Amino acid sequence: MPPVLELRGVTKTFPGVLANDHIDLTLNEGEILALLGENGAGKTTLMNVLYGLYSPDEGEIFIRGEKVSIHSPHNAIDLGVGMVHQHFMLVPVFTVTENVMLGVESTKAGVFLDRAVVAERIREISKRFGLKVDPDTRVEDLSVGAQQRVEIIKVLYREANILIFDEPTAVLTPQEVDDLFVVIRSLVEQGKSLIFITHKLNEVMSIADRIMVLRNGKMVGTTTPEQATEASLACMMVGREVLLEVEKKPAQPSEVVLQVRDLCVRDDRHLLAVKGVSFQVKAGEVLGVAGVQGNGQTELVEALTGLRKVESGQVTIVGHDTTTASPREITESGSAHVPEDRLRDGLVLTLSVADNLVLNTYYQAPFSKGMALQPEEINKAARERVEQFDVRTPSTSVPVSNLSGGNQQKVIVAREFSRPIKLLIASQPTRGLDVGSIEYIHRRIIQKRDEGCAVLLVSPELEEVMSLSDRIAVVFEGKILDIMPAEQATREKLGLLMAGVQESVQEAAAV
Amino acid sequence: MSQEEQPLKEKQEEAPPERRSLLQRIFVRRSRRSAILVPILAVFTALVIGAVIILISTPAVITAWRNFLSAPGEALSLTWITVRDAYFTLFQGAFGSPADIVAGFQAWVKSGDSKALREALRPFSESLTISTPYIFAGLGVALGFQGNLFNIGAEGQIFIGGIASVFVGYSISGLPMIIHLPLALLAGILAGVVWGAIPGFLKARTGAHEVINTIMMNYIAFRLTDFLLSGPMARPDGLPITPEIKPSAYLPLLFGQPMRVHWGFILALGAAFVVYWFLWKTPVGMEIRMTGQNLHAARYAGVSISVIIVLTMALSGALAGLAGTNQVLGVDHRLVRAFSTGYGFDSISLALLGNSHPFGVVLASLLFGFLRGGAARMQSVAGVPVEIIRIIQGLIIVFVAAPEIIRSLYRLKDVKKTGPVVAQTTEQS
Repeated sequence: MPPVLELRGVTKTFPGVLANDHIDLTLNEGEILALLGENGAGKTTLMNVLYGLYSPDEGEIFIRGEKVSIHSPHNAIDLGVGMVHQHFMLVPVFTVTENVMLGVESTKAGVFLDRAVVAERIREISKRFGLKVDPDTRVEDLSVGAQQRVEIIKVLYREANILIFDEPTAVLTPQEVDDLFVVIRSLVEQGKSLIFITHKLNEVMSIADRIMVLRNGKMVGTTTPEQATEASLACMMVGREVLLEVEKKPAQPSEVVLQVRDLCVRDDRHLLAVKGVSFQVKAGEVLGVAGVQGNGQTELVEALTGLRKVESGQVTIVGHDTTTASPREITESGSAHVPEDRLRDGLVLTLSVADNLVLNTYYQAPFSKGMALQPEEINKAARERVEQFDVRTPSTSVPVSNLSGGNQQKVIVAREFSRPIKLLIASQPTRGLDVGSIEYIHRRIIQKRDEGCAVLLVSPELEEVMSLSDRIAVVFEGKILDIMPAEQATREKLGLLMAGVQESVQEAAAV
Repeated sequence: MSQEEQPLKEKQEEAPPERRSLLQRIFVRRSRRSAILVPILAVFTALVIGAVIILISTPAVITAWRNFLSAPGEALSLTWITVRDAYFTLFQGAFGSPADIVAGFQAWVKSGDSKALREALRPFSESLTISTPYIFAGLGVALGFQGNLFNIGAEGQIFIGGIASVFVGYSISGLPMIIHLPLALLAGILAGVVWGAIPGFLKARTGAHEVINTIMMNYIAFRLTDFLLSGPMARPDGLPITPEIKPSAYLPLLFGQPMRVHWGFILALGAAFVVYWFLWKTPVGMEIRMTGQNLHAARYAGVSISVIIVLTMALSGALAGLAGTNQVLGVDHRLVRAFSTGYGFDSISLALLGNSHPFGVVLASLLFGFLRGGAARMQSVAGVPVEIIRIIQGLIIVFVAAPEIIRSLYRLKDVKKTGPVVAQTTEQS
């Protein structure tokens, strides 16, 4: 029997980038194939070729032995290929049923929508594959995990046999990940075939039947979880040995640098997103804030850095009250901010690397004198920092948009870390970065800590928080549920807290 | 929105997605090649299409082509002559007749009398005179675009600048030129500052969109001018014209009659240089560009966005106001109803054509000045209607605003091009 899906020699180039270089891939019936690779390795391009979003420059696609060409997502769906997107494509104010039928509406008498028929089929699908969802709920009222289940149902409703999951675990709590894996196994048991895109090694090890590793647009190898280890996979991904663990000495906390008392902050919809949070960060320690994205972390960081108005409560940085201070005052008080969304907040993409390296100090000596900027000083400082922080760039005068994500983040790190700072607020400092860059940025953060800087690290990546922090706070729905020393934190304990289960309840459940 | 995210995600890995607004992307292009090559090809293409329009609107040519089978040579030669005459007279109208200029130059060298030369260069001088308000207003709009602010209010700011300058020009007498002229210029600048800063303030404070508010400010300016001309500032005889300004407030002619080009042109070039220096060489200019390119990052970097928005609009208004001042002090010496014939609106096109760069705006303004300057002669000598020039101007703008047309026409490779199907991804699972 031919494989369900076969790609032969698929090549896709973008100007200046060889995104996919003669890639061969086979997917057998009832198999989970993990596609592993760093960001920029070409995973998503390959899947977009398969899903009809890009047309390949070269190569052939076979489905059940038959040669096909896929022009559009519509086409892909007809051929039984379905994609579960990382960013959900759902209409929040529609019900589950309406979302599922959108684009393939069932009608009564040709004009009236027939929701009942669709809802019935959703119940069937949901029972068959263990996808717990109520068809009549509005999507905006569902949890992230449930929204993902709706996405999966959408694909199954369109009778897809080949399912592509694009980084499906990025937005889930550890428990939701476990639930997802159960669903995935039941899909495979019932004959569906799966491609699972990820850059998380532990997931690959636990779910995949076969692992394909991509690097720089090339297939570097195929292996199985039995043959591979996390370290060997990381090595395949990056092309060299990688230190997965951060080496660090015990922290030596001294005076309090950041003090937060009863902080309340509203989000863009004027709802309370941070609800009475209190904590402190001392010089020489890393306080990690764990939590699923969207539980008030963004608003907390924005309030601390002056980008968002504080509703009530107090923030002090090295003894100065900065509750109502402007971003510039806070920066000048000796605090640095690595923003969550580097493209939105951290960089002006069209400006040069040099300009971005002085993005918040351009007005100070020596970069400005009187009315005029001092380009020689700016360029000199830029060359030094590029050298010192190993930013890979052809020159300091190219727009920062020309750099890869990892190097863009290094520009931000270079800018923030090379100032004399007492407080570092790092929000998802390694989001979307490759393993090599992550390793580098982690080392730099610990180095800052050891220099006596207070570090507040906010990240939804549990691994990151656990490996870097000296103390860990867990946020859930705008509150800090617990702050514990890192030694006492386990994955399970943090995971339950992230899902909003308090310790007392945990203990009760244990009994 | 969310449907676009999928293909964009891929770009994030190779080249980060564009986070700039659509207008920013159109008006402040990033690729230097497309910023220079596209306008040049756009002008060329517009002239070619203009030629076709000239031909089909000339009855003699149509008749000649009807008889193409019997007299093919005549049809072809008439076609060639028609186009050649039209564009040659356009050229003469814009720059002057080459033969006259050479003769005038020889006379000047021989006898030291420059009158013939000045007479020969008069068309050139006229073109520069027309270009001058274009440069000022175009710089104003371009400066706004650098800060991602769409100042549609240039026309109103021109009127207000003109009113302020003309008032200072005629109501004060007895001042020496060295004081009176700067005072009149300053009045125009300040009036423009106020007229630009109001929509800027409204945006910074309440989030009201500057496009709406600058349009509204235009109407206020137009009607205010009408009101002032109908009474308070009208000439004693009651005509809707202001009294003439005192010669001490004139922008002096550069070369003397009959060449009308005046010091305003030099001021405009100076303004272009100052705008360039300000935007690219000063911290405040950097803040304007940062805010324009990425408001969030500017806020993160500690820029006070509200201050920058008000400042950008104020400066944009000041430059546009100077366009009005320039007309009043340099050309008309009084203010009449509708004294600006759409300079403010044309200036939006100029900013686009000049890629919102001060030097680009100067070149674009010169081009429009020459086209407009030459149009009158083209009409009177070659019998081609002036409107053709308007059509050509319009075509240039269309081609610059939709560079894909030019790129596909001339097979230019788009450096930034990503997947060809990105646009068709509305189809969803």
